[in-house]
Amino acid sequence: MTRITLSRALNEGLRRALEADEKVMIMGEDVGRLGGVFRVTDGLQKDFGEHRVVDTPLAESGIVGTAIGLALRGYRPVCEIQFDGFVYPATDQIVSQLAKMRSRSRGQVALPVVIRIPFGGGIGAVEHHSESPEVFFAHTAGLRVVACADPADAFAMIQLAIAAEDPVIFFEPKRRYWDKAEVDMAAPLSDALALDKARVVQPGADVTLLSYGPLVRTCLEAALAAREDGRSVEVIDLRSLSPLDMETIIASVTRTGRCVVAHEAPVYAGLGGEIAARVTERCFYQLEAPVLRVGGFAVPYPPARTEDHYLPDLDRILDAVDQTFTY
Amino acid sequence: MAIPSRGHHEKEWHVTAETIQLLTPEGERVDHPEYPVDGADIRGMYRDMVLVRRIDSEAIALQRQGELGLWASLLGQEAAQVGSARALSPKDMAFPSYREHGVAWCRGLDPLRLLEMFRGVTHGAWDPEEHKFHLYTVVIGDQTLHATGYAMGIQRDGSEDEAVITYFGDGATSQGDVSEAFAWASVFNAPLVFFCQNNQFAISAPPERQSRAPIYQRASGFGFPGMRVDGNDVLACYAVTRHALRAARDGEGPRLIEAYTYRMGAHTTTDDPTRYRLASELEAWRLRDPIERVRAYLARSGEADGAFFEQVADEADELAGKLRAACLALPDPPPLALFDHVYAERSAVLEAERAQYAAYLAGFEERGDGR
Repeated sequence: MTRITLSRALNEGLRRALEADEKVMIMGEDVGRLGGVFRVTDGLQKDFGEHRVVDTPLAESGIVGTAIGLALRGYRPVCEIQFDGFVYPATDQIVSQLAKMRSRSRGQVALPVVIRIPFGGGIGAVEHHSESPEVFFAHTAGLRVVACADPADAFAMIQLAIAAEDPVIFFEPKRRYWDKAEVDMAAPLSDALALDKARVVQPGADVTLLSYGPLVRTCLEAALAAREDGRSVEVIDLRSLSPLDMETIIASVTRTGRCVVAHEAPVYAGLGGEIAARVTERCFYQLEAPVLRVGGFAVPYPPARTEDHYLPDLDRILDAVDQTFTY
Repeated sequence: MAIPSRGHHEKEWHVTAETIQLLTPEGERVDHPEYPVDGADIRGMYRDMVLVRRIDSEAIALQRQGELGLWASLLGQEAAQVGSARALSPKDMAFPSYREHGVAWCRGLDPLRLLEMFRGVTHGAWDPEEHKFHLYTVVIGDQTLHATGYAMGIQRDGSEDEAVITYFGDGATSQGDVSEAFAWASVFNAPLVFFCQNNQFAISAPPERQSRAPIYQRASGFGFPGMRVDGNDVLACYAVTRHALRAARDGEGPRLIEAYTYRMGAHTTTDDPTRYRLASELEAWRLRDPIERVRAYLARSGEADGAFFEQVADEADELAGKLRAACLALPDPPPLALFDHVYAERSAVLEAERAQYAAYLAGFEERGDGR
């Protein structure tokens, strides 16, 4: 066991993937000599060379478009999009090409491309550096969309994503990059939880609290606070946003009868709505309260001085948990 | 300040000094020191062009009869496509747009695969590696980046006998992806030929609406050579593409070839070109027909006789007949196939949707609705 940051855990995971398969490549803006603006790729170009860790021209569509070509040639590119708000120039290549090639070719072409995107707010950044665009990609058939939440899981998940035969949009909670935790880097990848499974990170009996990425830690803190009020909160880290692991969710809500979904992305037309609908379809007679959603407002991401009002925090999450006991 | 107007105007077109031409519209051979045509199978190229034009006309007829949903005609662009494609080695990879039926033919792809796509049976599903011919790409310009990445892969594999060619049109040069592909290919010195068929129309818009500079000149700003060829001259397209591919394989990086040609048909079968071009312009281009000049050359030089031309014409009709029959016999995919191949394995969410729809369909069968 080693105590490392989430950023370092991703770095170690990428290193393992580069070592395990010579077809794995890393490409993006400033990923080489600089090691990425968050240092997630620190030292990798030095050790694996500039042909495997490629500093690209500054163009997101070009990064994803050429990654598709490299994948067609048999490579497994891992692209870094520097910030969430910069992924949109690549949307055409992701949605129209990356997501659809397997289906278009009736299974004759696979594109094992990973697109890493630091996402979410809370770091006092300027505009376009704090967004949560995951639902655009979750809505696109053919993509796997995942989000890691802590160092140990990030270490395994990035390796699983690179090994996957489908394109994976891999969201990294940028305000948690510096969170430290114990990571067992000797554990075999085959022991890791599958990429498309959710994970109960805090068992509980009274209410199910679902989240992913940066808010998983906030939800764990909320569960701790709720315990003082005598409420037992079960916290689930969704991990996979597409496909959703509905079986884990349904099993939990069937027991607790209450469900709250928390994400930074706007509530409107968001993942919380999809989960609420599915939980209602499957747990209608077990529910003690409607499924509640806590998330960003239906506004553009605000300037940093007001982001604390936009981002769901421990109190807003607890407020929603409390509400589920009022029906 | 004057805003350039488009309006109807007849294009003045002649072989300017920068345009490479090896066979005049009258069928006269012209030698060029840099672009020899040694080893060119001119009879074979004639045959290819006649056959793909016949496939094209059959496809238009099938669309008119309701058997295809759409067809994008290559009429007028046979020389650009056959000439460039015949310059490819078997290991070279091609990334087409959606009008490259002539390239598909030269790569050995069954034309029925193209008809499947335009009939709506598939989205254009073949194994790209089988014929080294990637899937048709409908979003304008996207494939140029795929070609660039593929060429970067060839570099990483250390292969020195492979190159990539990507096809796109004059309209595509306005797309950001094409400029990004130019930049990428240039800075990484990728073994890639950008083959732009300037067919004078992006649906209705002329090249002057895309660029005020000639397309081939754009390459120099990105740091690699560009040249313009007579796109209706199969020999020029062949020789210049062969030259560019050799340079790419030799590590000299990318080239841009602008094949100056003319889309004699409509953009697609949904289009009405009489709204944006004059009949006289079309007539002027008919005199530069890509097939007629080869026929004139072959007849005059004695490399082919009437029997050969007749045989090719018969072969074309036979091919069209077989293609028609095969097209009409194409079965619609079974409904549940739409859930296949979205992912390597179906997720539980997708499996549930599939099962639900299967049960729904089965309900009709039980009631005997015959759905």
